[in-house]
Amino acid sequence: MLDIINVYKSFNIGTPVQKDALTGLNLHLEPGDFVTVIGGNGAGKSTMLNAVAGVFGVEKGTIKIDGNDVTRDPDYKRARYIGRVFQDPLKGTAGDMWIEENLALARRRGKRRSLRWGISNKEREQFVDLLKTLDLGLESRLSAKVGLLSGGQRQALTLLMATIKEPKLLLLDEHTAALDPKTAKKVLEMTDEIVSRSHLTTLMITHNMKDAIKYGNRLIMMNDGKIIYDISGDEKKHLQVSDLLAKFEQVSGGEFANDRMLLGQ
Amino acid sequence: MVIILLNNIQSAATLGVIWGIMALGVYLTYRVLNYADLTVDGSFTLGGAMSAVYISAGIAPILSILLATLGGMIAGLVTGVLHTKFKIPDLLAGILCQFALYSVNLRVMGKANVSLLNVDTIFSQIEKLGVPSQWSGLIVGLIFVIILIILMYCFFGTEIGCALRATGNNPDMVKAQGTNTKIMVVLGLVIGNGLVAMSGGLLAQYQGYADIQMGVGTIVFGLAAVIIGEVIFSKRTYFHRLAGVIIGSIVYRIIIALVLLLGQRLNFEDTLGFRIEANDTKLITAIIVVICLVSPSIKSWILSNRSKEDA
Repeated sequence: MLDIINVYKSFNIGTPVQKDALTGLNLHLEPGDFVTVIGGNGAGKSTMLNAVAGVFGVEKGTIKIDGNDVTRDPDYKRARYIGRVFQDPLKGTAGDMWIEENLALARRRGKRRSLRWGISNKEREQFVDLLKTLDLGLESRLSAKVGLLSGGQRQALTLLMATIKEPKLLLLDEHTAALDPKTAKKVLEMTDEIVSRSHLTTLMITHNMKDAIKYGNRLIMMNDGKIIYDISGDEKKHLQVSDLLAKFEQVSGGEFANDRMLLGQ
Repeated sequence: MVIILLNNIQSAATLGVIWGIMALGVYLTYRVLNYADLTVDGSFTLGGAMSAVYISAGIAPILSILLATLGGMIAGLVTGVLHTKFKIPDLLAGILCQFALYSVNLRVMGKANVSLLNVDTIFSQIEKLGVPSQWSGLIVGLIFVIILIILMYCFFGTEIGCALRATGNNPDMVKAQGTNTKIMVVLGLVIGNGLVAMSGGLLAQYQGYADIQMGVGTIVFGLAAVIIGEVIFSKRTYFHRLAGVIIGSIVYRIIIALVLLLGQRLNFEDTLGFRIEANDTKLITAIIVVICLVSPSIKSWILSNRSKEDA
């Protein structure tokens, strides 16, 4: 479903602070793969997701989604294949607009916008049913401004928006990192349910190793802009946090277990 | 005195309605799209110049206003392309376009002003239908405003309108939903400057001349209308907000008219040592805008102090 072939991406090229974020990255995802991504700060996790989403171009390499070469496409063109949830709950929704308006925008992801009405009554009924599945009481607040919702509610709504029109690829960039632990857990469970229900091909960055092991059918670890560990199936199911820490030290000899990762357990 | 006051208020309201069309354009760019567009000073004059030149050449007044609107849209397109395609910052793109329009406007008119004496305007045409001349401005202006508010209200409800509003709110989200935000920005600037030029075209016909200076300060008048409208009028729906812009524009003109009238009638020279005159309107406008801009924070400051006292 997704092919990342020998991709290179650097920032601040030619300056003393040049950062080589992706250094010959290769990744292939089968349809229905739910992959968790871990790695230390600056390992290139977010850069990988942004490169796939088309936030910026890459210096070298090819990115294919469902067989289509999208390497040269800008982000808004790739959006027809991709659903995204950002780390910042404010980033995925338009806060001054209503819940139903946000959902209606998302339902038309990748479609040409016309002068037809932005929302139909039939869609409103559909939105009520969908919001009920979140169990957050949002189904009765269709015409509430999204800015009035809590961070968790906004993130759950963003998740719904990212998947309301089934994406070929779902990109989750630490989408629970800004939430309190209880809400984060709820949003993660919601994510798992939605992804499993529709067998969505998903890349999920997390800093919590337990979550990385618990969710998905495959786990990749990144370091210095490359994938250094790739594990799936039964092997992944029996993985322990200590295995991951050992694995990382073995490969990089680095200080992978920074405070955030340990606290994240 | 009362008659003078009423006359002043009536002509201020007429100007408020005609300038209100411009304020709708500023509302679209500044509030909806979150783009501080300074093109408007130039596109307002462009609209006035084009409509004056066209009706002088014998083109129907209503058609010349539509052509003027088209001219403004092109000006907006230029600013939009400068900003989105060539990545010039929004303020600078607007200033450059406004600056260039000064020369364009002089070219259009061929001189610094065009008088419309003994030329049929949309207002004189209405008067020929039996509308008293003191009411023609207000009636024509209101017809335009009502049609425009309905059109804009409907537009905001369409798929494109929703995407445009979301672009001003959260461009990242709009891109993630597969819409090119650059096109939305350009579209907003095109419509906004079209409205501004339409307003300029109507004003030229109403006052009977177009002048190279007529657009100076347009952006501030527009902001004043938008902000006064928001302070005194509900923001519940887009219908309220658009109507609020027009109300704000009318209230602004009435405030200015009253200040000038009082300045003439009450002799401040004895107490203050100066007279308030027409040249002071820009200072007064700036003060009004500042008052409106700080009023929310003063209000919350008073409220928070009050709750402290209660506690």
